[in-house]
Amino acid sequence: MANITFITQDNIPVTVHGESGSVMELAVENNVAGIDGDCGGVCSCATCHVHVAKEQFSLVGQASEIEKDMLELDDDADEYSRLCCQIDITPELDGLVLTVAGQ
Amino acid sequence: MMNAQLPQETCIIVGASHGGVNLAFALRKEGYTGRIQLIDTDKRVPYHRPPLSKKHLISDEPAGQLLKPLQAYEKADIDLQLGVTVIDVDPSEKTVTLDDGSSHVYTQLVLATGAQPIIPPISGVASAAHLYTLRTANDAQAIAQAFNTCQQKRVVVIGGGYVGLEAAASLRQCGAQVTVLERESRLLARVTAPDMSDYFYRLHQENRVAVFNAKNVSEIQTHNNENLVICSDGSQYPADIIVVGVGVHVNTHLAEKAGLKIDNGIAVDANNQTSDDSIYAIGDCCAQFNTHYQRWLRLESVQNALEQAKVVAAVICAKPPKVNAIPWFWSDQYAVKLQMVGLSQGYDKVVVRHECDNPQSFSVWYFNGDELLSVDAVNHAKAYVLGTKFITQRQRVNISKLQDSSLALSSDLVVQV
Repeated sequence: MANITFITQDNIPVTVHGESGSVMELAVENNVAGIDGDCGGVCSCATCHVHVAKEQFSLVGQASEIEKDMLELDDDADEYSRLCCQIDITPELDGLVLTVAGQ
Repeated sequence: MMNAQLPQETCIIVGASHGGVNLAFALRKEGYTGRIQLIDTDKRVPYHRPPLSKKHLISDEPAGQLLKPLQAYEKADIDLQLGVTVIDVDPSEKTVTLDDGSSHVYTQLVLATGAQPIIPPISGVASAAHLYTLRTANDAQAIAQAFNTCQQKRVVVIGGGYVGLEAAASLRQCGAQVTVLERESRLLARVTAPDMSDYFYRLHQENRVAVFNAKNVSEIQTHNNENLVICSDGSQYPADIIVVGVGVHVNTHLAEKAGLKIDNGIAVDANNQTSDDSIYAIGDCCAQFNTHYQRWLRLESVQNALEQAKVVAAVICAKPPKVNAIPWFWSDQYAVKLQMVGLSQGYDKVVVRHECDNPQSFSVWYFNGDELLSVDAVNHAKAYVLGTKFITQRQRVNISKLQDSSLALSSDLVVQV
């Protein structure tokens, strides 16, 4: 459905293919370093923080209110931050580049 | 052949749930090059537990959202041994014995043995039909199967704690007729203020779950697969399915065999080391002195298990551990998201804050004198996040400003000193 590239904290790009579920689940399935998804994807832990490439932000859209609040737990959050458990994989995301937030 | 100068270390982890699994992967991340044996009685590939009482009871998804895909263990060279039980430990020989008869030598042993649900000694409990606890994926699957096969969908939940209330909400959403029987005078009595108990009481009532406080179940009578749950005040509730959520027993039998110090859980130091230098304990099974709250705690939470896993991985790899002393929890019931940070025990003042612009959101702030102890946030991540920051940094909150809901919830509430 979509190829998504994660740039890990070591600056290594990892491109993986997802068919369904959330982007967090895709990252965990592929052992992408830095995406923990500790709460299992219910927007409770903020351990799946990614920065979306600026020019692609419209593909994923704005975070919900609760997600924006949760992102404030992380000092590294900016206007292009998302918790990727809240991003569902769709064909439109093909080619998306996400930078895993620093620890 | 083992090199005499570079002996191969082995870390044996007993228990492959949130704590054990994350420890295994964290060890590799920290550079551990020895063998890692990760052992669990449960045959299933390790899975997330919190969804079992939540979405897995109501969705068609098979119970068991994996913590890590099976290939990840192989890739990280983690020897995952499922369906076997560690039955003995010999700390002088540094060996464990499994129920398949095999014996294994460890350099480090980590007990991530968790806890198991209590089945209270109620008369008739052993012969009750479709009576379940809820801790494993098998439990969740068994409840879902019973629910699908029972003609009538009458569920009695014994225990109004988080597991019981989440199960009640999930089964109600599937169309069950649900009754919750709580022994204390209010729900969640051990962990929250009366305001929160009242809120969850009303929430379940509004969703047409019958909630009764101060109900001590004294007997279960069962005829033809139909149960009658009888309370000491004489009230009776018919049940096709009974879910028991009345707390846990800590799994300390291996720790006892190893002669470790046990005091409401396996006693561990700040490095999660037990009274034996080569044995660590993490997660629900251990008790640790909390530096923020200045008392011994045994926590039952995913976050606690994960934090302690990271600490032990760092300690074993001789790196400085990063300690977060502030516990947090979450619960999802119906469309309500509850997030909790800190521990409220010992509070002498409670501030309940409602938001003008969002009637679905509120937060409960627990203080001891000036000190903010904990926050319960209902549909209110901002309160949760700010509470986390205030508590972690021990910031003083202006209580009268906090009570004034015309003032936005922000870091402006902090008293500058």
